Amino acid sequence: MTRYLAGRLVQSAVVLGLMSFVIYALMGLMPGDPVDLMISADPKITSDDAVRLRQLYGLDRPIVERYANWLGAALGGDLGYSRLHTKPVLAVLGPALGNTLVLLGASFVLSLAIGLPAGIAAARRPYSKTDYAINLLAFGGISVPPFWLALLLIMVFAVILGILPAGGMGTVDQAGFWDTARFVVLPVASLTIASVGGHTRYMRASMIETLRQDHIRTARAKGLSEGRIVVVHALRNALIPVVTIVALDFGYLFSGALITETIFAYPGMGKLIFDSIMGNDFNMALVALLFATFLTLAGSLLADFAYVTIDPRISFREVET
Amino acid sequence: MRGQGMFSLTLGRFFRHRLALGSAGVVLALALAAIAAPVVEAALGTGAETVDLFNRFAAPSAAHPLGTDDLGRDVLVRLLYGGRVSLFVGITAALAAAVIGTIIGLASGYYGGRLDAILMRFTDAIIALPLLPLLIVLAALDLGKLGLPEAFVTSENVSLYRIVVIVAVVGWTTVARLVRSAALTLRERPFVLAAHAQGAGALRVMTVHILPNLASPIVVATTLSAGNVILLESVLSFLGLGIQPPIPSWGNLLTNAQELIWSAPALAFYPGILIFITVIALNFLGDGLQDALDPKSLER
Repeated sequence: MTRYLAGRLVQSAVVLGLMSFVIYALMGLMPGDPVDLMISADPKITSDDAVRLRQLYGLDRPIVERYANWLGAALGGDLGYSRLHTKPVLAVLGPALGNTLVLLGASFVLSLAIGLPAGIAAARRPYSKTDYAINLLAFGGISVPPFWLALLLIMVFAVILGILPAGGMGTVDQAGFWDTARFVVLPVASLTIASVGGHTRYMRASMIETLRQDHIRTARAKGLSEGRIVVVHALRNALIPVVTIVALDFGYLFSGALITETIFAYPGMGKLIFDSIMGNDFNMALVALLFATFLTLAGSLLADFAYVTIDPRISFREVET
Repeated sequence: MRGQGMFSLTLGRFFRHRLALGSAGVVLALALAAIAAPVVEAALGTGAETVDLFNRFAAPSAAHPLGTDDLGRDVLVRLLYGGRVSLFVGITAALAAAVIGTIIGLASGYYGGRLDAILMRFTDAIIALPLLPLLIVLAALDLGKLGLPEAFVTSENVSLYRIVVIVAVVGWTTVARLVRSAALTLRERPFVLAAHAQGAGALRVMTVHILPNLASPIVVATTLSAGNVILLESVLSFLGLGIQPPIPSWGNLLTNAQELIWSAPALAFYPGILIFITVIALNFLGDGLQDALDPKSLER
């Protein structure tokens, strides 16, 4: 167990390390560089000044050397300043991370709470009317463009009905819990709808597969009630593959959060990444992207551990291959 | 069931899947409508770029069946041209991703061992990444800095090629995993061993003996990923990073509509519902194909 644990940790660390270089290199390929930004802000800078500035900041050095410098500083705790927010990067990242975790957590729990029972209900009578109805809804959720859904929600609840805010986070004068909660309702709803379809489909497929197995037939032959068979004999087995896929979907959920946050102007990680890429805030974008990568890697690591915890049959060797 | 060929069995099962059959019809109809865009344009006597500022936000009429947008352009014609782009991107990128995924999955499953371990770790790593944020970075890159020729970088269609490449580069993972697991079991089968015994090389075994048996997982995965690709294209275009105006796509038609959501909500409705219909039809189609092509679902 410890060996497997250690192996997966090392592997994730390697991926994270590689990604830090890839993202760093990509940032260098974005239009413009910090000196270009200075030039556009100050017309008095001559082309000689630009060359000197590039030398001063080391922008003329090879990419590997620049990366090594950055990495050294980053590991020493200096992640730099955000150009757009004029604050240290970490000071901006903290609150955004909190907001995103609220959004992701709430919609993840809601999506599972709806999707898993729906999937089980559909699996109990495959190809029945109930199954078709649930499937239709699930496919609808998977197929709806997430940003369009968000626009529709804004249209209905903010424009037509006027009962919920169209975006933002909290009003200035009254910042109580319920006031904040009102701003979270639509983003959470749109993210939940985007992910519940997938969860339902996974649960359904896995439950159908499980209900075909021999031990279920035995349970039926013993005369157990269908409810007891599903809950006691099938559920745990059926959950095993679902747990893995659901946790691997964390990256997908994060992508959804980016769209949702951008449209609802919700100040989370996704919007932060989008705004900093669009606003040439290279430092901020780099660190925020790395953090997002770290989060999703941690998610898939968790999935692996959950997997081996739920299923005692799996030896760690098998998982590795 | 006896005496019936595999193909007619598959076809029979597919036809029983009415939803999938209907979806195939819907996809076909949308594709035909998109292909016929110039015909509709000519019949209405207007162009996708014909601006008529005296006729902005016009209600649906005989001349403009779905009305006009904020510049007085015909909404129907723009939707059809947008569909051309969105469907083209969806199909091309899904096919490209399928090719990449098949090559990686085949090599991984056939050779196994260390190569398999490396390729699959790589695949896992890509699956675990937060894709959309990274795609946004890729879409924002300055192609000039990559050393691509100036004439290409500034050409009008560059956003089209860029999006196909970006989506294909990250979209191959599903196909790769499916192909790999199928190839893994196939390579132990007697007919593959027989081919080896006859002296067939690795490349020949892979392409002639194993690949044809992978057709169904590849077809299913490609159909399903075409839907995802269209969604992805629309998201990126909507955020202003995908297909660039003046080329219309369903995604960037919505960017414009978002700003007009208060004054002309219908403009925000049409492109979205078309994306929705296309994607859900592709998903139903993929699901139906999966049922039809899977020998396990024979007895139901």
